[in-house]
Amino acid sequence: MKRVFALLALVSALGLIAPTVAQDKPAAPPTTATETTKADAKAGTVTEAVKAEEKKAEATAAPAPQPNKGDVAWMLTSTALVLMMSIPALALFYGGMVRSKNMLSVLMQVFVTFSLISVIWCIYGYSLAFTEGNAFFGGFDRLFLKGAIPDALKGEYAMAATFSKGVVIPEIVFVAFQATFAAITCCLIVGAFAERMKFSAVLIFMVIWFTFSYAPIAHMVWFWMGPDAYTDPKVVDEVNAKAGLIWQWGALDFAGGTVVHINAGVAGLVGAYVLGKRVGWGREAMSPHNLPLTMTGAALLWVGWFGFNAGSALEAGNSAALAFINTFLATACAVLSWSFLEWLFKGKPSMLGAASGAVAGLVAITPAAGNVGIPGAFVIGFAAGGLCLWGVNGLKRMLGADDSLDVFGVHAVGGILGALLTGVFNSPDLGGPGLVVDWVTAKTGYPGIGEQLWIQFKGVITTFVWSGVVAFIAYKIADMVVGLRVAEEEEREGLDTTYHGEAAYHG
Amino acid sequence: MKLVTAIIKPFKLDEVREALSGIGVQGITVTEVKGFGRQKGHTELYRGAEYVVDFLPKVKVEAAIKNDMLEQVIEAIEKSANTGKIGDGKIFVFDLEQVIRIRTGEVGAEAL
Repeated sequence: MKRVFALLALVSALGLIAPTVAQDKPAAPPTTATETTKADAKAGTVTEAVKAEEKKAEATAAPAPQPNKGDVAWMLTSTALVLMMSIPALALFYGGMVRSKNMLSVLMQVFVTFSLISVIWCIYGYSLAFTEGNAFFGGFDRLFLKGAIPDALKGEYAMAATFSKGVVIPEIVFVAFQATFAAITCCLIVGAFAERMKFSAVLIFMVIWFTFSYAPIAHMVWFWMGPDAYTDPKVVDEVNAKAGLIWQWGALDFAGGTVVHINAGVAGLVGAYVLGKRVGWGREAMSPHNLPLTMTGAALLWVGWFGFNAGSALEAGNSAALAFINTFLATACAVLSWSFLEWLFKGKPSMLGAASGAVAGLVAITPAAGNVGIPGAFVIGFAAGGLCLWGVNGLKRMLGADDSLDVFGVHAVGGILGALLTGVFNSPDLGGPGLVVDWVTAKTGYPGIGEQLWIQFKGVITTFVWSGVVAFIAYKIADMVVGLRVAEEEEREGLDTTYHGEAAYHG
Repeated sequence: MKLVTAIIKPFKLDEVREALSGIGVQGITVTEVKGFGRQKGHTELYRGAEYVVDFLPKVKVEAAIKNDMLEQVIEAIEKSANTGKIGDGKIFVFDLEQVIRIRTGEVGAEAL
């Protein structure tokens, strides 16, 4: 075991070093990126502005924006909801689908991965994803969250930007909210290699993949300087250049179609290939051992997803409301389409199908949540149920991988569908809200379906390839260090007793 | 003495028990079992994976009885466990060599 811990430490260290090299390129000095800069660029950060005011050095300094209590309350609630999506929701959803001898191993992999990534997030993950660096990686301004609370004694808290000018939330709230996203994304991958991967290998893989795939993709898609940085038409190009690559392209991803679902789905599929099929696959029955738990998990996911999607508005306003109703509606549509299509083609509508349909709908509406209108939610929801049903049947057979719990068929397929259709149904002609085309005046518009679809497609492909390559390397490293796969006897006996020394059920 | 073993549909257990106590059978032993006969199994579908379930759940009822009760017992089980559909089960009859009541040490028919 000592070897494993030493390795985890080493891998974490590697994660810290590599981006430093990449970070050297841009000439721009790192600033506190996610903090909302005030209307006059001279003030720099909110906290500096506060200090400046206290010193009365600059009589012209406007008062720093204060967070709205409603916004903060909603974001804290959302954060807790997203935590619930991993533990217990995702753990139960997955756990119910494996055989009873592997129940605890799945719960454990999800539980510990969640905690591991949360800790890493606060050490360097957040900084790497959400501070200014280059177009691919962030910097190290917030290592150990340094600077997020400049002076606790005086009650000085750094502020994070939202999507409205002059509206901020405490940065530590944003840190916690985003921590739950990073952690659940890694937990999602567990489903693909369930029932056969060593626990130590899971943890090593997670650290490497998180560092080199989750953090950069989150940076590329979501990092920007915030609306208040756009003070004047003259600074637009300069401010845009500091944002992440995919954000600069203009790709829309409200709550993580690319960052979370395609990212995790592809990493899962690569894992299924690299690890190989479970012993007895195709010959022995590998029926879910407890579908009531799977249903409970899916239902809790649905509830938690309101935090995930509506919380991604970062404010408790119209955008959150739109994301909320879309999350409601699209999910219900997907349950219906999956169930009825299954009924039609397979003869019987199954509970597992309905639960899977709900998750497919939730996945697909994720990038679209606040970016499409009601018509978009209907179409994306119905399409997701049907397409993901194919994802776990026809597509799965074509791929030939033992993706145990269909992480690719549901999350990557649903994520790609959602990411692409977001570009289409964002169109005001199709009931969508459009997008902000000019952050100086916050003017909305829409570039055209073809153009936006192409931008979305570029985002999808980039994420797909990036995650696939990083995942492959990460599995290979874990394999070299501790070996990926459990011994055949251990696999037959089940990972609960062989790897965790306990059994889920007695009697 | 005879040992009567009946494989029946699980939901018929209560009726069989009542019928047997009704004719004076002093005790039975019940086990949940799995198996197949002419009814065969069924298929279960989990997303893309289809599994043929060969063994169906059944209940095995065992009763040790005196020779003269045999016809009555068989008739009681036949009637109470019958649904007329495939998979109603079977009754097996064995000769029983010896019975001993552990508490008192009684042997043979006395111990039944």
